[in-house]
Amino acid sequence: MECVRMIASPRYSEKRVGYLGAMMLLDEKQDASLLITNSIKNDLSNSNQYIQSLALCTLACMGSAEMCRDLAPEIDRLLRASNSYIKKKAALCAVHIVRKVHDLGELFTKAARSLLTEKNHGVVHGAVVLITELCERNSETLERFRKTVPDLVQIMKGLVISGYSPDHDVAGISDPFLQVRILRLLRILGRNNEAASDAMNDLLAQVATNTDSTKTVGNAVLYETVLTVLDIKSESGLRVLAVNILGRFLLNNDRNIRYIAMTSLQKIVGTDHNAVQRHRGTIVDCLKDQDASVKRRALELSLALVSASNIRSMMKELLSFLSSCPPELRSQTASGIFNAAERYAPSQRWHIDTILHVLTTAGGDVRDETVPNLIQLITNTSELHCYTVHKLYRALLSDISQQPLVQVACWCIGEYGDLLLTGECQETEPVQVHRDYVLDVLETVLQSHMSSPSTRGFALTATMKLSTRITENVDIVSIYGSCIDVELQQRAVEYNALFKKYDHMRAAVLERMPVIEKNSQGHTNGETIKESQTVKVKPGEPQQPANQVQGDGKNSVRVTL
Amino acid sequence: MNNVATLESAHDPAVSESTGILRLQGLITGLQGFIWAAYKMMRFLLLFSRQGKLRLQKWFTPLTDREKKKVIRDMMMLVLARPPRSCNFLQWRDLKIVYKRYASLYFCAGLEDKDNELLALEVLHRYVELLDKYFGNVCELDIIFNFEKAYFILDEFLMGGEILETSKLAVGVSMEEADTLQETMEEYMSKPAY
Repeated sequence: MECVRMIASPRYSEKRVGYLGAMMLLDEKQDASLLITNSIKNDLSNSNQYIQSLALCTLACMGSAEMCRDLAPEIDRLLRASNSYIKKKAALCAVHIVRKVHDLGELFTKAARSLLTEKNHGVVHGAVVLITELCERNSETLERFRKTVPDLVQIMKGLVISGYSPDHDVAGISDPFLQVRILRLLRILGRNNEAASDAMNDLLAQVATNTDSTKTVGNAVLYETVLTVLDIKSESGLRVLAVNILGRFLLNNDRNIRYIAMTSLQKIVGTDHNAVQRHRGTIVDCLKDQDASVKRRALELSLALVSASNIRSMMKELLSFLSSCPPELRSQTASGIFNAAERYAPSQRWHIDTILHVLTTAGGDVRDETVPNLIQLITNTSELHCYTVHKLYRALLSDISQQPLVQVACWCIGEYGDLLLTGECQETEPVQVHRDYVLDVLETVLQSHMSSPSTRGFALTATMKLSTRITENVDIVSIYGSCIDVELQQRAVEYNALFKKYDHMRAAVLERMPVIEKNSQGHTNGETIKESQTVKVKPGEPQQPANQVQGDGKNSVRVTL
Repeated sequence: MNNVATLESAHDPAVSESTGILRLQGLITGLQGFIWAAYKMMRFLLLFSRQGKLRLQKWFTPLTDREKKKVIRDMMMLVLARPPRSCNFLQWRDLKIVYKRYASLYFCAGLEDKDNELLALEVLHRYVELLDKYFGNVCELDIIFNFEKAYFILDEFLMGGEILETSKLAVGVSMEEADTLQETMEEYMSKPAY
């Protein structure tokens, strides 16, 4: 309220503070902002340009759509004023209006066009921003403004070639802000348009070669040029030049430059894949950089660059990155590695090894569906069952804290435990494992405080399966008959019953799993239904086919008794 | 993009006649989280000290107080945690954050996805130069005690999230003239009437 009063005051100092207060404290959602509309209207027609500018500034900062509609004609009038100070402010105010109320764009089109021919850099800059805004909103306007491309090219040339002008100069570059804005507008105008793109080719080449890249300013202009070249229909020579500039950026000592180089390369990795591949070495090196932002960009780009030919070397790098990367990037790295491994794995054994490696280093950060995916993968590679189960057994012996790994290991030991005992395996050195040790390992998992309930479920089922494969004596199961967790308790009771009442069926129920087909969500249901149909509990008793345990794709048959 | 389009139409003045609907819109925007207007160069500019004290805040999009506080908290947390010689760019939600430390103050700007980060660094630098020229060897105290001047300078340099004037000289001249105008009026008004 005080603001409204101060704004209405005739004294400039009070007005100034009042408008400042309005900009800071009011926003368009508040009702009080409507009250100052009238003041703004009056001030816009004031003779003093500074009072006019206060009003313009406030309107551009917090003008609501309603206020904008009201005052748009005033702004249009001011755009044609003779005072360049007011013109530049009116231009940016018009930008705000167009953003708030799209239809009013039509109103400003003519004025914007004429403003381009001004001498004052501020006005030209405002005009370029306004035109950019109009073109982005409306494709018709875009067509109309394509005719301005030669003018824009002329202005740019003037800036690039012109002599030293102390007013606008920043480290040797003449008005970089204006240059970047013009480049962005050219990008929008040249997109998908051959003629416009041709008109700019020379200019872009000139800017790209002549701009001094030792300071940040020069690099800012070069960056914008590169983005423009890559976005319009430029000729191939120019594109190569642009990618080379990005390559040069990658080798720069300044972290900022490397960061933006990788950001831009990310944008073109889909289209100019080969060009980006050439810089793969540098990008992979950036994975080892200290800075978290640079690491993140390098990771995204590296994952995009993985292909069938470089999968082994890239995976080595990615795995070493995973062991040392910051925690917030772990899950992204893990899922990226899984995707890459799935698409380009050179061999099954390599694939399984990679997944196991990820599980041991970053087991806590992988997604939930990793476990069933891995299990499905293992069942599919029947020739590696022995190798896999040996490896998992050894992993389990060393560390049982990583839940996904423990779950997979339990499942495998349950399925293929007999292979552990035979001890012969071509892929890895033979180790004779006694059956008691196997059961001990599972018991450790069951009793460890680190195991989650679902892991315990896995271990319990595995122990049951081993009862048919290795040994007959499995009395640990009955202990869990009085467990607090309902899931475990139910399992334990059922399994116990399997021993006692339905012993004749135990072998059939706990048979080896068939190979899982990976086609749909409900695939496991289909498989286990087939299995359980061979087991009839009692004639006449309703058979409940495979209940999905825990709702994920885990395959364990539950026979309701 | 679609999100923003529907929101812009939700801001249609024809609908927002009654405060009731305004409040509902506010509720919806609040529920949908942070709603940013599209296509601005800069969404906000913050200045804060190493100790986490906010010295200047300029918002170029309409946000509720709660949202503003959240942004400020997040920015301080992110930026103050960065080690000394790290990259000046961050990713936060869908925005690029550019920050630079000058003496004891952090200048932090939030940009759109398609903006030029290196140019934003130049913008921050230019603003510091303007402050320096105006105050003469500017330090944090100048900004604390003359914050309104800092805002005025910012308003001469940036408007609506875009650069207004690219010439250092012109900004300096307009500030001088505006100050003269202010003083003249004050002198005139406070002159004792004999």
